[in-house]
Amino acid sequence: MEWDWSAVSDFMPHFWDGLLVTLQILVLGSLISFALGLVWALLMRVPTRWVTWPVGAVTEFVRNTPLLVQLFFLFYVLPEWGVTFSALTTGVFAIGLHYSTYTMQVYRAGIEAVPVGQWEAATALNLPLRRTWTAVILPQAVRRVVPALGNYVISMLKDTPLLMAITVLEMLGEARLFSQQNFQFTEPLTVIGFAFIVISYLASLALRALERRLVH
Amino acid sequence: MSTDTHAPFDKKPESPRGNGELIRLEQVTKRFGNHTVLDHLDFSVDAGKHVTLIGPSGSGKTTILRLLMTLLKPDEGTITVDGEQLFPAPEKQVREVRKKIGMVFQQFNLFPNMTVLRNITEAPVTVLGMSKDAAEERARELLEMVGLTDHVDKHPAQLSGGQQQRVAIARALAMRPQVLLLDEVTSALDPELVAGVLDVLRDIARSTDITMLCVTHEMNFARDISDQVLMFDQGRIIEAGAPEKIFSEPEHDRTREFLSAVL
Repeated sequence: MEWDWSAVSDFMPHFWDGLLVTLQILVLGSLISFALGLVWALLMRVPTRWVTWPVGAVTEFVRNTPLLVQLFFLFYVLPEWGVTFSALTTGVFAIGLHYSTYTMQVYRAGIEAVPVGQWEAATALNLPLRRTWTAVILPQAVRRVVPALGNYVISMLKDTPLLMAITVLEMLGEARLFSQQNFQFTEPLTVIGFAFIVISYLASLALRALERRLVH
Repeated sequence: MSTDTHAPFDKKPESPRGNGELIRLEQVTKRFGNHTVLDHLDFSVDAGKHVTLIGPSGSGKTTILRLLMTLLKPDEGTITVDGEQLFPAPEKQVREVRKKIGMVFQQFNLFPNMTVLRNITEAPVTVLGMSKDAAEERARELLEMVGLTDHVDKHPAQLSGGQQQRVAIARALAMRPQVLLLDEVTSALDPELVAGVLDVLRDIARSTDITMLCVTHEMNFARDISDQVLMFDQGRIIEAGAPEKIFSEPEHDRTREFLSAVL
């Protein structure tokens, strides 16, 4: 079999479309997982079982069922109940929700790692609970967990092709479509393989830079 | 809140109670599991007095400070500060009464994510509603008093332990408490840094009328600043008196044993 550069150049317009969608999923999915994970982590600290029990049950359920099943469920079952979103919106929400059940554990560890003396100092200074969280605890907790959150971003990148299953044309979707129409598989799959490596590498560089900035 | 920020300390006008009782613990019991740390303790401190709590570790000294700071709740008994009940009391009242109390910790507990200046201004601005400018002006005065004017914009991690503890003292004083609780404030310091911190505290003891409750193993310091020394053993006060008396002619055998071990 031979490498065909013209297949590469034919694929490139589709590649850029797919890349844009992949990056959209990654950025929006990450933001949702960071925000929602923090919400879960904070709700789990509310001192009543009426909150922690349902939140614990839901997040445990989401964490322990496959993302692919969740994608299918949200895409095919929700419309039967009259709730319809575009494939991309559904996919971004599903991946963000799925990963939020991991980031919540990262946040929890970060919050628990803040020394108890910080809470005591906040009490001694009479800081309101809300201010204690926003000015003292969370800034220290988040700083500690940036590396761990970053690992989940890379992990999420590698899960973005799952959205192909619900008709989202991200990079793998574009490559498959192109392959089926032109019977050329090697070139488009190789191109997107490289693209995944480059994106993860750039993302890890960005994270390391962010870590360095947060240390000071 | 007074807007006069020129004096580093409030020379408070005589309260209606005069130099009367500021802190009162009545029949306070605190248990951790099966271990009774404080056993129906009665104990009071008059306004403006400097009281040092001594005794072997585990005898309940630190527990008293932590109860007063509301970091712990007693199992039984009542705690009153300046005529207002601190325990038992509704949360809103606790917040009000707690404003009268400041604490300095063994491990400093500065906020590492804030500069020195912001460590000191955070609570005056968010709790007392001081303007940022007024809070910063007062913070600078306090930093001058503890000898750290060059370090306002640094973060705690850039300071030595002794410097951090002096910032912590300034931070507690910025809230203008009536009572300052000092919980083994030099125990975590390298020996050569202890003197600087104790000098600052001597200065505060001499130049202000703040009430001090001090748990320390620095007996010379205790002798210098204290109006009264309380000897604790197994959750009870076994001996109380002026420092000259306690340190020179203790009555109780346990006090003699303890002092010969630490002096």
